[in-house]
Amino acid sequence: MHSTQVTVGSSSGLHARPASLFVQAAAARQPVKVTVGRPGQAPVDARSLLSVLALAARSGEVLELTASGDGAEDALQALAQLLASDLDAAA
Amino acid sequence: MTVPIRGIGVGTGSAAGPVARMAPPAPLPAPRAVADPTAESAAVRAALGAVVTDLEQRAARASGTGAEVLAAQAMMAADPVLAERAAELAEQGADGAHALSTAFDGFRAALTAAGGYFAERAPDLDDLRDRAVARLLGLPVPGLPDPGHPYVLVADDLAPADTALLDPERVLALVTVRGGPTSHTAILAKALGVPAVVGCTDAMALADGRLVLVHGADGVVEPDPSPEAVERAAARERRHRERLAGFRGPGRTADGHPVALLVNLGAPHELAGAAAVDAEGVGLFRTEFLFLDRAEAPGRAEQAAAYRQVFAAFAGRRVVVRTLDAGADKPLPFATSADEENPALGVRGLRTAARDPHLLETQLAAIAEAARDSTAQVWVMAPMVSIPREAAEFADRVRAHGLPTAGAMIEVPAAALRADRLAESCDFFSVGTNDLAQYAFAADRTLGALAELLDPWQPALLELVATAAASAAEHGRPIGVCGEAAADPALALVLVGLGITSLSAAPAALPELRAALATHTLARCRELAELALLADDADTARGRVLSGMSGR
Repeated sequence: MHSTQVTVGSSSGLHARPASLFVQAAAARQPVKVTVGRPGQAPVDARSLLSVLALAARSGEVLELTASGDGAEDALQALAQLLASDLDAAA
Repeated sequence: MTVPIRGIGVGTGSAAGPVARMAPPAPLPAPRAVADPTAESAAVRAALGAVVTDLEQRAARASGTGAEVLAAQAMMAADPVLAERAAELAEQGADGAHALSTAFDGFRAALTAAGGYFAERAPDLDDLRDRAVARLLGLPVPGLPDPGHPYVLVADDLAPADTALLDPERVLALVTVRGGPTSHTAILAKALGVPAVVGCTDAMALADGRLVLVHGADGVVEPDPSPEAVERAAARERRHRERLAGFRGPGRTADGHPVALLVNLGAPHELAGAAAVDAEGVGLFRTEFLFLDRAEAPGRAEQAAAYRQVFAAFAGRRVVVRTLDAGADKPLPFATSADEENPALGVRGLRTAARDPHLLETQLAAIAEAARDSTAQVWVMAPMVSIPREAAEFADRVRAHGLPTAGAMIEVPAAALRADRLAESCDFFSVGTNDLAQYAFAADRTLGALAELLDPWQPALLELVATAAASAAEHGRPIGVCGEAAADPALALVLVGLGITSLSAAPAALPELRAALATHTLARCRELAELALLADDADTARGRVLSGMSGR
């Protein structure tokens, strides 16, 4: 299992469009299993839009991503990069 | 029952089609013992799957914002963790409806607790839960119907959220149990250009699929009409449209007095349709869409790109841009304060610029940047101007950005009364009748119970318009109306008679307005205005003007 910490880059937090872009990207990485959560707290399945929204992660907050399975390292890197970028600004 | 049912008519047309009802959400049934938990669990997954398929299909057929909203909802309904939890609850013996409800409510509670933007998604979850439960129970799915063919929409009442998703290609007519002549449904019917009957108490008795003929002019819904009646109505409608099509080009009265006909524009997906309409430009470009649903204001480049699109679509024509109208019913975290007791009377519209001048400066810079590359005649106006100093300061700032034409909305009675002083710094005015009525009558415009006071035919409202129009004329300033009032052809004649020089309305309203103007002289408009001003109340004013129009 691989993990990394990343700061939420979207200006409105992990909400609406940023959250759905992230979840879609995580789902596209299947069968790699990806979780996201606050460091030290129970993580949630990154393919679950409702769980990701319920994290209520704000802009600038640090989240921990974990990934396991074939291609986990690649997936982790791509998803961390996505999470760190300002998805509100991307049109 | 083939007896016609009655309500309040909206519009002039008639339309026939099959009924599709907007079902209210089914209440959760009492818990039920489950004999086969495995089958129940499968049923739960199937119900969620059906909701996803339904939303995805609708998203594929919709366009613009509507499609995005539906796709986002489909994605929530397709949530694997949600399905897992609901199925697990069913496996443990809960009945399907309760399993779904409990699973949704778990997420709902988390979002509500998070507050802010996250809590705003809670109603979406309620809607999805109601849909899934209805699917499971085999009941009609709540929300807008989608029978897959054109239909007459029958509902208890319509909320703005419902109407954002209405497909104008498929809705032939609207019939609602509640609502009055100025209700949201009535406004929507005018915008879509379809007939409506509101306040129609017996409407929900009409079964799905039943053929009805809806007459907007007299407020009658005729169930099971004869083919001859449908044909007669269709022929009348065709003649009416042919007659309207005979009037083209710039608005003018029968004796050639020009009255500019403009469209209202509020969202990017409306742009292509609005630009294609026979209109002299945009009379009200609402810029709020750029600012809503965001934590921070959009930057200058992003704004300029959006304005450029509008100016390009209206190259060579007039575009009246209203600067950000935040506050009251449109709170924005970066512009308005959340702790006002009376937001409609609070720091809103231009008043927010006093607190944060940067917001207005960025917007004006973006408008100026976009206007420089364009042949559109860009006019800029401020919402919620009350006193001459505000108008003068705003106009100075607009001109400092190289934008030559600055104006003020007239929506506060103080501004209407002192329009002669405002005219010293303003190049033009635009009357917002909805807010002007709210402030003149001390009547909250969101309260259905105060509909009578908010009726744009109220003579006191018309008198404020007359006062402002007279001041504008004295200074040679154009003065338009961009509120709901401008979409009513009879009232439009009255407004022109009061001295209004342009009318801005939903695109679908323009053909009727153009025809009404073309068949009445300015002198006749002035007589009609006099009739309205002499009335004691809105109904009398409307009645006298309508009979005055048909009397000639």
